[in-house]
Amino acid sequence: MKHESRVIVQEQPFDFTKEYSRLKSASMEVGAVSVFMGTVRDLNDGDEVVGLKLEHYPGMTEKEVSKIIDEADERWDIITATVIHRIGHLAPGDEIVFVGVSSQHRSDAFQACEFIMDYLKTKATIWKKETVVEGERWLKARQSDIDVANRWRIIESAD
Amino acid sequence: MARVIFFASIREALGRADIELSIYEDTKISKLIDILTQEGGQDWRPVLTEENVRSAVNHEIVTGDVMVSNSDEIAFFPPVTGG
Repeated sequence: MKHESRVIVQEQPFDFTKEYSRLKSASMEVGAVSVFMGTVRDLNDGDEVVGLKLEHYPGMTEKEVSKIIDEADERWDIITATVIHRIGHLAPGDEIVFVGVSSQHRSDAFQACEFIMDYLKTKATIWKKETVVEGERWLKARQSDIDVANRWRIIESAD
Repeated sequence: MARVIFFASIREALGRADIELSIYEDTKISKLIDILTQEGGQDWRPVLTEENVRSAVNHEIVTGDVMVSNSDEIAFFPPVTGG
């Protein structure tokens, strides 16, 4: 990675335009920027979601996400990356997470972005509690997310 | 003093966010759970030994019955659900 990546955990909303511009202008070599944005959905497991409360492990979250970015940097040719994850109280429609990667060529940006997001879901020390009509419940980790993350490892071990 | 932190549903089940204790000699996590159970009560044991519970020592995930010391920060938490 030619430029220091950014890893931020914050309560405030993030500014997509500002973050995209930062990734794009990191270097004159940037030819591609891939961005993923995650949003709070209003439906989960058939229940209407009224709100979401997120907590994290300060210090460890940033460390884990930086590790994920370092691994992406080893696998692909990326110029810089930004991950912003919100915590605190969120409502349906709110943006939760921003993952952006810039590179010279699109394949690296596309793949690194998806890789970082897939790993974030299984490694970042963040927990969600959703409020539905009946009350509050902690979300459970999904096997499908674990399978998706493992897919990247399986591809590597096949080399 | 060693610092033990609990997150999410584990924190709620124990009714405690963190606890500080003196570990007089390097101890395995299983023994630390014994000490925590003495501090918090017997109903802490099933919460901390449930099969899905994850542990971290000084911000690194650990697996198995690792050693911890008096200068460590140890965390117990459920599988993560960020992203």
